Amino acid sequence: MKIVIMGCGRVGARLATMLDSEGHEVSILDKYTTSFARLPENFKGQALLGNGLDEEDLRKAGIEEANAFVAVTQADNSNIMAGQIAREIFGVKKVLCRIYDPLRRDVYAMLGLEAISPTSVVANLFKESLESEF
Amino acid sequence: MYIVIVGGGQLGRHLAKALIAEGHEILIVEKDKDHCRTIANSIGSVFVNGDGCETAVLANAGVNRADMFISVAAYDEDNLIACQVAKYRFNVPHTICRVRNPKNEEIFKKLGIDTVVCSTKIILQYIEEQVPSNSLSHLTTFKDSVSELVSIRILEDSPTIGHTIRDIKMPEGSELMLLIRGCERPIKPQENTEIASGDQFIVVGLVENADKVRFALTGLF
Repeated sequence: MKIVIMGCGRVGARLATMLDSEGHEVSILDKYTTSFARLPENFKGQALLGNGLDEEDLRKAGIEEANAFVAVTQADNSNIMAGQIAREIFGVKKVLCRIYDPLRRDVYAMLGLEAISPTSVVANLFKESLESEF
Repeated sequence: MYIVIVGGGQLGRHLAKALIAEGHEILIVEKDKDHCRTIANSIGSVFVNGDGCETAVLANAGVNRADMFISVAAYDEDNLIACQVAKYRFNVPHTICRVRNPKNEEIFKKLGIDTVVCSTKIILQYIEEQVPSNSLSHLTTFKDSVSELVSIRILEDSPTIGHTIRDIKMPEGSELMLLIRGCERPIKPQENTEIASGDQFIVVGLVENADKVRFALTGLF
């Protein structure tokens, strides 16, 4: 599978590393080269300096042949916009975004954009763990 | 009309003042507290402090009854999201989005924004038109986004000077509407009208053919 990831933060780098070690073809985009320090030395994928909101940069990352696109920058709105570009402009089959704001996530889920809100996920995990104890 | 504006910077504030003067009901949604103070001092209490992309903030601003939603915040992606939330969550009939990056103009239209205004493109065009060697000005694009009104100036070195309109082969889909010559009243160009230096032609044509229209009338690229 060919996967393009936008944002090489902790989550992006970790996801890229896992997919790469399982033999997938990974391209990871970030606006800062320093972010690529989070990738291991044996990373075989492509690390590309660029903006995931820019069609040209996405093309360079191979979005046209990608089976999946994942947007995990710090900014919700950038993730949403990039996700929509991948889906609507490039027709990528599987698009996943991180949206911290649970309400915003619900609006875009309604519009058919698959998104995960770490805020809700983590809050639920904490709640479950607490409830199992008491 | 009830109009909600996201972004209370220079543009947002001047827009609000102009729309209030036209008798509309205006509310500005502004994230930054300092900007809110500026709005309070210069226009009055026509703002709410909050993030214009947040559903709760927009609900509080009464966006569900807004006739128009205009987003002029600093970042293109924020304007996109604010407009989409207004359109798809609150069913605002008309959303207008300002973009800085010209590349985003087409993308945002495809993503459902009703009107996309690219400030960079407008400034660029205006400056370009001030360059004396420039003969083509884009006056307005029609709603269909396919045709536009352009102005073509005949520069003194144009090889078409002295030829009549009959000799000019205009590209398909374009029509000469008006000829403005000196201080005279504009006229409809006729078959036997002779092209002269300094003439200004107003033409309706396809956006993609603007350069061909220029070449047909001026003989210059």
